Amino acid sequence: MAVNPELVGRVFEKTNSYLVGREKVREFSRAVFSSNPVNLSVEAARDAGYADLVAPPTFAIVVQELTLGQLLGEEDAGIELTHVVHGEQRFDYSRPIVAGDELRAQLNVTSVKMLGGNAMVVAESVVTDSEGEHVVTAVSTLVVRGDV
Amino acid sequence: MSDLEIVHKYEVGDQVAEASYHLTRDSLVRYAGASGDFNAIHYRDDIAAEVGLPGVLAHGMLTMGLAVQPVVAWLGDASLVSGYQVRFTRPVVVDPVDGVQIAVVAKIGQLDEEAGTARIDLTTTVNDETVLGKAQVRVRLP
Repeated sequence: MAVNPELVGRVFEKTNSYLVGREKVREFSRAVFSSNPVNLSVEAARDAGYADLVAPPTFAIVVQELTLGQLLGEEDAGIELTHVVHGEQRFDYSRPIVAGDELRAQLNVTSVKMLGGNAMVVAESVVTDSEGEHVVTAVSTLVVRGDV
Repeated sequence: MSDLEIVHKYEVGDQVAEASYHLTRDSLVRYAGASGDFNAIHYRDDIAAEVGLPGVLAHGMLTMGLAVQPVVAWLGDASLVSGYQVRFTRPVVVDPVDGVQIAVVAKIGQLDEEAGTARIDLTTTVNDETVLGKAQVRVRLP
């Protein structure tokens, strides 16, 4: 199975709203070895001026993951999950994600390039809040390994 | 008021933080659950071998996620992080028994005093080999 070069420029449906839960933020924070009090204690987060628990910077991947699921689920994409290796990742933030945020993300495939037997797929997910305000843009470069 | 004016507190090359983390297979399962990335190459040796990998690998996003922690701790405020990027240059193989140790050193790579911003460069290593390339955090200085 080969990656479909016609994925470039494809814009996906916005994902359903993802409600950022406190316990999810705590779970994710522990998983990335955060000991930052604003990630774990509501009181500390409020003392620091936030409405609720603050998610670590890479938490946006949880929402981006939903969009990557859309990409992998695309019947003509030709992308097999076990053949996918993460090449690069970038986040551009307008603000940190906090518990209580209702986020949606929209995926856009900006590039598909063949490199040797591999395909490099660049997927850009724009994450917005319930007001439609920009929160973060997450850009993944996926390396889809050819037959091994 | 004193008429002392601090021109700059930081210089390019200054180390702002460092940390070290021990990853085990448990860490990978924990991260898979937390992130929703259940790619089997992060927990099954047979599948990793089948697709030609040197072993079960840590999620790149786990490495990226922990590497920024010392910077956030130094800043003290997550809203000061305006951007973060990495290139996953070398896979982090996690031994089923011994796990793996990841070291992170964060230094100022670029400084714009007028704008009050900096680029923090992360050196992230396993056994003295760099596992993240071009790992950069863009911050507003505290």
